Formats: sequence, structure tokens, C-alpha cells
Amino acid sequence: MNETPAPGQPAQDQQPVNGQRHQEHLPPWLAEARNRWASGPRTGGPLRRARDDRLVGGVMAGLAARTGLDVTLLRVALVVITLLTSGVAAIAYVVAWLVVPAAGETTSIASRAATDKRGIALVAGLASILITVLVIISALGAGWLASLAWPVVPCAICLVLIWRNAPADEQVILRRQAAPLTGLAEGGKPRRKLRIIVTLVLLALGISLLSIGHHRSAVLDPIGGVLLVIAGIVVLLGPWWLRIARDLALERQARVRAEERADIAARVHDSVLQTLAMIQRAADEPQRVVQLARAQERELRAWLFDGRPPGSITDEAPTVAAGVRHIQQEIEARYEVAVEIVTVGDCELDDDLAALLAAGREATVNAAKWSGSRVISLFAEVGPAQVALFVRDRGKGFDPAAVPADRKGVAESIRARMERRGGEATIRSAAGQGTEVTLTMPRAARRGDTASRPAGDAKQPAPSRS
Amino acid sequence: MTTAAAPGSGRPRVVIVDDHGLFRSGVRSELGDQVDVAGEAGDVAPAIDLIAQTVPDVVLLDVHLPGGGGQRVVAATRDVLPGVRFLALSASDAPEDVIAVIRAGARGYVTKTISGAELIDAIHRIAAGDAVFSPRLAGFVLDAFASMPGTEESKPAFDSELDQLTAREREVLRLIARGYTYKEIARELFISVKTVESHVSSVLRKLQLSTRHQLTRWASERRLT
Repeated sequence: MNETPAPGQPAQDQQPVNGQRHQEHLPPWLAEARNRWASGPRTGGPLRRARDDRLVGGVMAGLAARTGLDVTLLRVALVVITLLTSGVAAIAYVVAWLVVPAAGETTSIASRAATDKRGIALVAGLASILITVLVIISALGAGWLASLAWPVVPCAICLVLIWRNAPADEQVILRRQAAPLTGLAEGGKPRRKLRIIVTLVLLALGISLLSIGHHRSAVLDPIGGVLLVIAGIVVLLGPWWLRIARDLALERQARVRAEERADIAARVHDSVLQTLAMIQRAADEPQRVVQLARAQERELRAWLFDGRPPGSITDEAPTVAAGVRHIQQEIEARYEVAVEIVTVGDCELDDDLAALLAAGREATVNAAKWSGSRVISLFAEVGPAQVALFVRDRGKGFDPAAVPADRKGVAESIRARMERRGGEATIRSAAGQGTEVTLTMPRAARRGDTASRPAGDAKQPAPSRS
Repeated sequence: MTTAAAPGSGRPRVVIVDDHGLFRSGVRSELGDQVDVAGEAGDVAPAIDLIAQTVPDVVLLDVHLPGGGGQRVVAATRDVLPGVRFLALSASDAPEDVIAVIRAGARGYVTKTISGAELIDAIHRIAAGDAVFSPRLAGFVLDAFASMPGTEESKPAFDSELDQLTAREREVLRLIARGYTYKEIARELFISVKTVESHVSSVLRKLQLSTRHQLTRWASERRLT
């Protein structure tokens, strides 16, 4: 019942939302591990590198989102495994960075790198130099060092390809992460010089202790060497790490702000811009203009001073069905149309469902204003896993392909609003045949449940985590 | 919408039962000469007498009547005069009252906001023996049958074929609820209008014959809230 694609739409149009249709059977140990360490809901779907929580390439954050395991745990595990395997795991990480597409993209960096002829030439050159160096080192009798250092070669190759072929937004992050390394060469401030000297001394001490320790195979000396090397690295790179952490936080804030701005734009469109359009149409009815202006002023004041956003249905209606009734009353009062509502099932509103209703309200406003239809049908169905809202009119209709992309109403107020929340909007219309807007939103409360329970595995229900 | 004329006669005989005189005369003038209005009644008892006297093809029946609701008119008439068919009408009523009238034997339900042309069409279809589901009735029925869960692991014994809607019937009801006409539904689902009608009639039959206790439970829950 919750998986009815809009008839006539191919079913694959409906993207799996939050992996609800994704079926998988987990080995028991992984299921167990997930129950113990899971920190958040799994998104499911194919593995994607995360954009939000990335430290380096976003592979671990992506894996965490995919498996539901804690991201810090995964990172620590990676570092430990890297040390234990003397760097082999690092290769796996960099290769994953190269071949796994970033969230929201379909192509990986590797697919772009395949066409980067100069990059490949550069990589071939670099690899041959590195290999030569390693061969010389082992020829000089430090074979153990060469065997430790060989994973550097594939890592360097992959990193060069990533550096050259990463998408623009990743380039920015990469550049910032590499900034201190490039900055070191420039020198400048005495403090930086001091830091480099201290680092070099610590590193030299540590590495010499390490190499001596290797010969003697004593235990204490190598540990001391490792500590010295680590101290050197911390002194050298500590400030840089701090800055990266700060920058990541700033970047996250910027993204939140951008989303807020989009939300405000959608609300202004729904309220102020719509009212202004109506005032223009009713220019020869002073009474109506005054009434519209008053209502808008009230709404705007409530938003600016009381923090009640226009078109926010949550305040007025606690549930989906009540929200639909609220839309009906509002639209019937404001426009001279009849809104016929049918609701099946009901549930409480959360932010996602409020966005669904806001988009539905906007679709209804559009139908009332432009379709010329006297009756608009609103059908809301609350299913166990999703809520669907259909807005249908029998008016003029339009060619959805012919709508200019800059028209805010459909693009921002309906589609983007749904997609920001993981929902979906489909618009079907043809000239002379009316319009139907189909909005679906997965139910948040059910997301975790549905995702964590492998479909068709009734014998072994996952412990509920609600 | 398809105009399925009543077999044998172009103008079905209609009785209007509603406690609002204004509404009765409004409907009468809207129907014009498309149907033959045999009489009007404003209460349960006079309505039963009038129907017995005139034996109309279709009775337009208000869901809410002072003397105990439209369902009593249907209940009193259906065994004596099985040929008389009922179309329930209301402004806005609680789902359980509408379902009660349908379960008593009415063959359809429309809201009073319906246009004259659509009402005439609905009367013709009722007279021809079809069921007429308005979007709201479709919603009520989906709601009533949805509250019984398909999620329950074991199917209880009373869960007979009558107590469940098929996937196709649900699909048809959902499209009706979305405001589609039978013709549009037929096009949408690649079936004929006749098939759509038979699905709707089958839903009506289940609604009337089902003894499913969920249906009653659903109604009583509704009444409580």
C-alpha cells in the first residue's frame, strides 16, 4: 500500500528513499557488531563517500552511514589496521577514495582520472622515481625500511590522481588540508622555523633509535623511537589539525546556513510573493487589496516577531489529516475554489511531514491560482512506511517541460522542499487535462525500523531501537 | 464520465429524502427534466410511506435524518422493495454514519457539493445497477479496510475473502479518492470502464456483506474520537 508508484510512472522513477527497499542479509557478527556499536540510522543504498562528516576523503563516514557503525570506531580501526599491516590498509583507503563516488554523485574520481592523460603520465613518472629510491634504499642495506615504505607508492599514485581529478568542491577541501604542507616550504615566521627544527630533531632521534632498535631487536628502544616520531609529527602538524577541525565546523555551519536561506526563500515565496501576485490581479478591487495586505502583514509580523513561519502547519494542526483540513480551509477562504479532501489513516506531524504538507499547500495554491479549475482534490494517505499526498485539478494543465527553470514555485517550493527531506515530488500535467502533483515522504519514525530489519526475515526480528 | 442510461427508460424515477426543504428544491431544479422526480420527503416515516407508494428507481437519501438517520429508510425498504436503489447524499458526515448507510444497502454515496450534471450521471448509474463511489467514500472504505492490518503474522479465521480488498480494488479506490473518473481510472490501469465498475461493485458487496469485526471496531473507534 505504501509502494504505489503514481500510475503511468515507471516504478524505477521512485528512488529508493533511505534504502527502504534495499534488502540485505548480514552475517551474524556484523549484525551483532551493529547492535552494539551502532550510533545512528543506516542510510542503506550503495556506498558513497560522505560530504558532511569527512575528515579526509569521507570514506569512513560513508561507511559509517552505510553500516550504522560508529564513525570514530571505524576511523580508529582503520588506523590500527594500517599500523598492523604496515600501511596496506592505507592503500585500500585511498583506492576506495578513488573509486567510490561522493554522496549525490554517480561518477567516481577514477572514472574522470581515466581520461586525464597528463595525470597518468605524471603518475608513471612519480612511481618510477619512488620505486628507484626504494630500490636504492634496500640496496644500501636498509631493506626493512623499503619494505615498510612500499605502500607509499600506490598511495602516492592514487593521491596524485585524486588531487588532479577531484570535483571542484573536493578540490577546495584538499587544498585546505594540504595548506600547511605547502606553507612549510615558504617559511616565514620564526615560530614556524622553530617548529620545523624541533620536528626534525625529534624525527631524526626517533628514526635513528628505531633503526638501531631494529638491529638489536630490543623492545624498549623501538617504543621510545615510535614515541619520538609521533611527538615530532604532533609538533609539526598539530596546529594544522586544529585548523582543519575548525574549518570543517565552519564549513558545516555554512551548509546549514545555505539550507536555511533556501528554506526562507521558499517561505517568502509562499507568503509574500504569492500575496503580491494576488494583489496585482485584484488591483481594481481596493477592498480585496486591503484585505490581502492586512492578512499578509499579520502573517509577516507573526514570522518576524513571534517566530511563527508562514505556511507552518505544525502550529495549527498536530496531525496529517488536521493539516490537510487546515490547507482546505485556508485555500477555500483565500481563493474562490472548492477543495475536496480525502484522508486515509493519520499520524502526528514531524518536520518531514510538515514539509510534505507545506509542499502540498503550495501545490494547492498553484492549482487554485493558475489552473482555472473550480474544484481541487486533495488525497492524503498515511501508510505504514510513507505518507502520500495527491493534489489534482481538472484545469488548464501545462507542459511541465516548458516551465522555465527559474520559476520558483514548483522547483523550490515543491520539489526542493521535498528532496531536502528525503521525499519526492512528481508532477503530471498536460495542456487541457489538468494537473496532478504527487508527493511522497517516508515516515521518519519507521525509517530505522524498516532499514534495520532485513526484509523477508521474519524469524529473526532485529531488536527494536525506537 | 460515462452516462450509462437506465435500461428500458431514459428518465429514472427519483424520490428525494432530505430534511432541508431548501436543499430538496435546489436538487429538484438542478435535476431539471433529466429525471422524473416522483416526490419529496423530509423525515424517516414519511419517506418510507412515499417510497412504498411511488416505487421509484432511485432514492436520493440524506445520511442524516431527524428520525434516526438514512440507514433506517434503507433498512425498512430493502426487503419489501428490492428494486428500489439508494444513493446516499450528505454535506459532511462522520465516516461511520456514511458506512452505516452503505452497509444498510445504499449503492453509492456522494457529497452535496456535487455538480448537477454529475448528480444526474450518478443517478443514472445507480438506476442501471452500478455502484457510485465519491472520492470521500473511497477514502472511508480504504480507511475502514486499512485499519485491519496485513502486517499481522497469522490470518485469523474470520479473515475471509469478504474481509479483504484485493490489490486491484485498493488501486481503484485510491484513484477514485484522488479524484479520477471511472474513464480516467480505466485509462490509467489499462482496463475497461466495465471492469472498473465491477471492481467498485465488488468493493460495495464486501462492504455490505463483511462481518469483519474490524469494520465494527473501526466504526466504534471513530465514534469515540
